[in-house]
Amino acid sequence: MFSKGSSFDTDNIQAISWKQQTWSKNLPQILIYLILVVGSVLYIFPLIWMVLTSLKPGYQVFSPDLLPNPAEWNNYPRSLTYTGLDFGKLYLNSIVITVANVIGTLLSSTIVGYGFARLQAPGKKFWFVLLLATLMIPFPVTMVPTFALFNWLGWIDTLLPVTIPAFFGNAFNIFLLRQFFLTVPIELEEAARIDGANTFQIVYRVMAPLVLPALAAVAVLTFQNTWNDYLTPQIYIRDQSLYTVAQGIRFLRGSLNPQWELMMAAALMAMLPVVILFLLAQRFFIEGITLTGIK
Amino acid sequence: MHKPLLLGQAGGISFLKLSRFLKPGITFNTSSRPPSSLRRKESLVFYLCISPWLIGFFLFTAGPMLASFFLSFTRWDYFSPISWIGARNYERMLDDELFWTALRVTFTFAAFYVPLSQLISLGVALLLSQKIKGVSFFRGIFYLPAILSGTAYVVLWVWLFEPDRGLVNNLLSWLGIKGPRWLSDPNTALPALVIMSLWGMGSSLIIYIAGLKNIPPSLYEAAALDGANSVARFFYITIPMLTPTIFFNLVLVLIQTFQSYTTAAVATGGGPLDSTLFYLVYLYRRAFQNQEAGYASALAWILFLIILAFTLLVVRSSSAWVYYDSQRGGKDEK
Repeated sequence: MFSKGSSFDTDNIQAISWKQQTWSKNLPQILIYLILVVGSVLYIFPLIWMVLTSLKPGYQVFSPDLLPNPAEWNNYPRSLTYTGLDFGKLYLNSIVITVANVIGTLLSSTIVGYGFARLQAPGKKFWFVLLLATLMIPFPVTMVPTFALFNWLGWIDTLLPVTIPAFFGNAFNIFLLRQFFLTVPIELEEAARIDGANTFQIVYRVMAPLVLPALAAVAVLTFQNTWNDYLTPQIYIRDQSLYTVAQGIRFLRGSLNPQWELMMAAALMAMLPVVILFLLAQRFFIEGITLTGIK
Repeated sequence: MHKPLLLGQAGGISFLKLSRFLKPGITFNTSSRPPSSLRRKESLVFYLCISPWLIGFFLFTAGPMLASFFLSFTRWDYFSPISWIGARNYERMLDDELFWTALRVTFTFAAFYVPLSQLISLGVALLLSQKIKGVSFFRGIFYLPAILSGTAYVVLWVWLFEPDRGLVNNLLSWLGIKGPRWLSDPNTALPALVIMSLWGMGSSLIIYIAGLKNIPPSLYEAAALDGANSVARFFYITIPMLTPTIFFNLVLVLIQTFQSYTTAAVATGGGPLDSTLFYLVYLYRRAFQNQEAGYASALAWILFLIILAFTLLVVRSSSAWVYYDSQRGGKDEK
């Protein structure tokens, strides 16, 4: 903490000034660490408890012992089928839906965001205000007629209602990408145009690579939201073979005689894809949240 | 100039925060505008570019909104012919006890969840904004629950709240307290859902951390030179400079809270004795279990109006407590 040597060396001066840059310089570091450590143990403990439960043999779940003895790894494969619901299929459904949503959102939001950022046209301001206004509209207001529309199209119990809408863009992502496109120097675009590139090529070949961090943020947040979503698939998908993983976990909860060790194993696996993505790309999660505030 | 801004005027409501990327955008040089044929071509390309959103807007937003407004004056089960019944759906709400229960439950939940989640996330954010090692590690831990799959998250908490062997009552019994029956007791089910939801306050936390980072260090230095102690710096710099972020989080969390669904739907299904009947759980029941498209649409519009009213309330009140750096010429001591 304190540098050796004279009290006037630069290290020390810096140390003092950066301590003063925050609201409290007197709060002892020890105290901060103590609160943070206790808090994070409290925060992470439910997940640890979950792992421990998921590894217990059935007869141990209600015993006071903390640790499983012996660890029952078989709970994991068993949890995928024990209710008769085939989770293998559900994972496939969730993967298809999530991938389609990520691709659809990226393709559509990029080009719409580019349009709002770079092109001029009569009525542009009006549409942009409208775009922002749609952020205010709660999902429940459009829920019933949208269901009626998909019902009329015969799309109930297909994956179409939970994938196709993504290809029409999402206001938050369009807005986020627009903000990024605004920061790209126009010269890059003009150079490409002089080289004979058309708008499509400019958007997807020139502009998109320049805003990769933004696209990554959009991608991870779309992945997370789609994978975790429960309400939307619940509305459109009643056929159990088309269930998403989230619906499958809800189904387990409905069983009258809950087998907690298996439910925890299944729930843990359901959480895993987003957690792994989070560990790999934490930065983009944080950026996405910071920029738009979407959950 | 890195301060949280609130931008985006939508119907008089500014609710979008853009922290860093609002550098002055590229403006087209209007003095040397291209000839009109080129401009016409540019317009065409613009509409082509935004056409996915435009079509989606009419198909999935504007159309359904108008339709749901219309449907709210009808009786319909998605199949038989629609019958116009005037304002009877709205009249029906007045006598619908479950509607009032749902409203009461949702408001009670919001009244506890919104302030508590903001206090906790702000508190953690303040600790994490200190110059300490391992900030990103701690931030990761506190944020992690927010990314977990909704149904799996809730199923985990149902297990934690299990009355006999769940973690929560285990801990309480170590302290010599006999824990309640949580989700199966109408008196404790809603508090249990509040506690459960607080675990996932991560996105508020991240936004607060960003807000705190955007406070210019020079303010603290100046205040320190003037002899302000840390308490004074906290109340006269941190809090005022953070009000736009608090405002933003408040609006966002309010909107989300009124639309909570998964927590109650998975944990309790609205029970016991309707003690956790969230508004959206009730709406879902009417819309998709009872096939009452008309009544459900009316319920949806009331929810929309409530959310709108609360948002406007926060926005209106903001001039009294939100500090914007752009307020000309530092009217206070500065």
